[in-house]
Amino acid sequence: MAVSYDQVIIGGGHNGLTCAAYLARAGRKVLVLEARHVLGGAAVTEEVFPGFKYSVCSYVVSLLRPEIIRELELTRHGLELIPLECSFSPYPDGSSLVRWPDREQTRREIAHFSPRDAEAYPLFGDAMIRLARFVRPILDKPPPDAIDPGLGGLLDLLKLGRSFRRLDPVDRLRKIQMFTMSAVDFLDRWFESDALKAPMAVSGIIGTFLGVRSPGTAYVLLHHYMGEIDGASRSWGFARGGTGAVSCAIADAARSFGAEIRTEAPVARIDVRNGEARSVVLEDGSEISARQIISAVDPRRTFFGLVGREHLDPDFATSIERFKYRGSSGKVNLALDRLPSFTSRPGDGPHLRGDIAIAPSIDALELAYDEAKYGRWSSRPYLNIVIPSVVDPTIAPPGKHVMSIFVQYAPYQLEGGPESWPQHREAFGDTVIETLEEYCPGLSDSILHRQVLTPWDLEQEFGLTEGNIFHGELSLEQLFFLRPTAGWANYRTPVKNLWMCASGTHPGGGVMGSPGRNAARALLKARV
Amino acid sequence: MDFQYPRGGSYDPAMPIPTPFHDRTAPLCTSLQWKDWAGFHAVCRYGTHLEAEYHAIRQSAGLLDVSPLTKIAVAGRDAAAFLSFVTCRDIQRLRPARVRYVAICDEAGKLVDDGTVMNLGDGSYRLTAASPIWRWIDRFSAGFDVSLVDESDSIASLAIQGPRSRAILEQAAGEKIPLRYFQLATMSLDGIPIEISRTGYTGDLGYELWCQAEHSTALWDRLMEAGKPHRLLPVGLDALDIVRIEAGFVLQGVDYFSAPTCLIESRKSSPFEAGIGFAVDLGRGSFVGSEALERENRMAPRSKLVGLELSLPDIEKLHASVGLPPVLPIEACRTSRPVYIRARQVGYITSSTFSPILKSAIALATVEGSVGEPGTGLEVEFTIEHVHHRIPATVVERPFFDPPRKRD
Repeated sequence: MAVSYDQVIIGGGHNGLTCAAYLARAGRKVLVLEARHVLGGAAVTEEVFPGFKYSVCSYVVSLLRPEIIRELELTRHGLELIPLECSFSPYPDGSSLVRWPDREQTRREIAHFSPRDAEAYPLFGDAMIRLARFVRPILDKPPPDAIDPGLGGLLDLLKLGRSFRRLDPVDRLRKIQMFTMSAVDFLDRWFESDALKAPMAVSGIIGTFLGVRSPGTAYVLLHHYMGEIDGASRSWGFARGGTGAVSCAIADAARSFGAEIRTEAPVARIDVRNGEARSVVLEDGSEISARQIISAVDPRRTFFGLVGREHLDPDFATSIERFKYRGSSGKVNLALDRLPSFTSRPGDGPHLRGDIAIAPSIDALELAYDEAKYGRWSSRPYLNIVIPSVVDPTIAPPGKHVMSIFVQYAPYQLEGGPESWPQHREAFGDTVIETLEEYCPGLSDSILHRQVLTPWDLEQEFGLTEGNIFHGELSLEQLFFLRPTAGWANYRTPVKNLWMCASGTHPGGGVMGSPGRNAARALLKARV
Repeated sequence: MDFQYPRGGSYDPAMPIPTPFHDRTAPLCTSLQWKDWAGFHAVCRYGTHLEAEYHAIRQSAGLLDVSPLTKIAVAGRDAAAFLSFVTCRDIQRLRPARVRYVAICDEAGKLVDDGTVMNLGDGSYRLTAASPIWRWIDRFSAGFDVSLVDESDSIASLAIQGPRSRAILEQAAGEKIPLRYFQLATMSLDGIPIEISRTGYTGDLGYELWCQAEHSTALWDRLMEAGKPHRLLPVGLDALDIVRIEAGFVLQGVDYFSAPTCLIESRKSSPFEAGIGFAVDLGRGSFVGSEALERENRMAPRSKLVGLELSLPDIEKLHASVGLPPVLPIEACRTSRPVYIRARQVGYITSSTFSPILKSAIALATVEGSVGEPGTGLEVEFTIEHVHHRIPATVVERPFFDPPRKRD
């Protein structure tokens, strides 16, 4: 058997790398194995078309923990974050709304649709910040086990209960509403204008197979405000050079602490004997032993792909089986000859420096979901668009641009089965461009290159089971102490010496790095 | 000679004077946020929030109207000798087409201003400074064969700063611009005669352009057009204030005060104390302030300028203790704040900012000469919810941010 390591990490995505960096920093001998030729997993930059660097999958750096930036000195390792300046929503009738970082400017924009909403909007933001503050501490440590807490867990639960009690009674009510209501119902309590509610409601559905009127989606709205309480860190933004720059900076930090990282090293299985993980076996047949094996791939691939059902307790296996993925989104990346010009705000301008939401109305969003429920991609999907080359000229030739389009809904379970996606790929891409053309006529003529990723592609190429971008739906029943399953939210698994450190664990997906950091800290504390 | 009144005297003294670029900057300044810089209209920020302008300087390029700078043409047989006398630098060793950063002191070796001297190559020089200084240097001109013309109003100046600035200039000029750091060239940019120096106040790759005021609009338009594909943005003084702190540059009137304006002695600083001792060439004979500076150079410094990094986790904790999110505005702060070692005040912060690129809270501080070694732990005053607290800070090397592209 080959050299032995303290820890071997399967998967060189940003969480696997983060975990490796923290372990190496603590003096552990660490090896990261990445199947692809490039590091980053879904947080990756690739020059698919010469001169244009696509953030192929994940397109904004959301909530990357400021602690990680500081502790791993990511700035020194080349990470530069450029904040998303605004949120621009064009509407079919030629009107548009931009939400800016300047409160008064945003008020003036909203007042065009509803003076009442313009007044309520900043108050809504304040309320969300107060509520997000209650949630934020939960991100940075393993969640207490509410089912079988133990002493330490009880203390943590108590603390959580106390901070809940410290909330204003009105905020407490809001908190409960957020856990139970739909995004639309919750927003209806604040606002009257569809033009404002539609682009706000979509943050409740990203990465889930739910509609804006599905209960439980209100909670996810809160995540949008989490960046606000990181205050100065301004964690919503682009990484200079594309999202892959985050992974590269973390990998660089990990190497500086002595971690070893291999690409094109796909793992075939984890060798388990007597309920204990002992080594990983690569596809080329070589075997690497380690004291612990840490999986940075999603729970289904970890337990059924690498471990094998025969090594699992049947109840545990069932719960992992029932962990929902239900990928609902696709991605279209474009190389553009020139900037798009929107009918509602023609030409270049600051409105292009943030994200652009094609979410014409609440009904349109719900209709888009209806189609997906029955195995079709939305004929007029919700689009979340960014043009990072507007603020980062390193990713496209001068005057040219890169456009990244997140598309929901594109159900993994297509009518003809997920395997039929490749034959519909370009038709799906056409739907996206046609949708956008309605707001941005002439866009098609400016496209130099188009890359279309369906949920099937996300699974086959990036290992995201059922194409779910978060390693499992971010819905309430799969969060906190229930992620990935009750009793195993502490990064350990029923297989001895097998740990998990990626988005399928608490606190979930996004380019946050928390699962990787939390897992490393839990492992170091466990003194195993 | 008398002060030339700006633009032929046709201005309204009730208002700050428009710079030569005003016709272009005014429509772009949608925030309507202006300030007075040496009597001129200067844009604070073009949009209502300035992060885009900041990031333009660090990621693409920013275009800044720096016309209010004082510009003095120095000519005559003794030009170099005169400038070597009124500034602390040995300008006689400044080769043609080179620029040097200079400190200007009074007879007691206390700072009056800082700026640059350019050797224009034809025997004449240009002195730039932050504030009006013609009268001050003219006092020393007796006995020198030298002419001094205040060109502050007739010469328009633009700074183009950021990683893409070279590409934009080359596109605008249609030729390579192989200037090295602190080098200068006289050229025609698309038919507009300009001087271009590889200098700036951002600590990044960047250039400053000088032209006759009548060419200002054409120059602005040409640069904005060439800059479009490179995402050039017009940038105001607020963003400049953040990047200059990141670059560790001192600002007259903020980090030190011009000696002639100081009512009390303790407000004055020597170049050594203000962190620009490198701009003092001693051992070359007498110049204004040389005796005092020679003396000071032999002694341990009374105080010095240092860079501080404030502990962000502690700032966050302090906010959390009163239930607030840790919002540090993206804006430079010029409020003076005491610096302590244990119970004793050892200095004060003069400029501070959150650095978006470093993700840290940084400051320029003047501290006692004995305590400024990098790595030294200090405490700085931090007020939150009307209550004074102290948070830990560490002395760090200046510049805080020093990209290799600045000199490459």
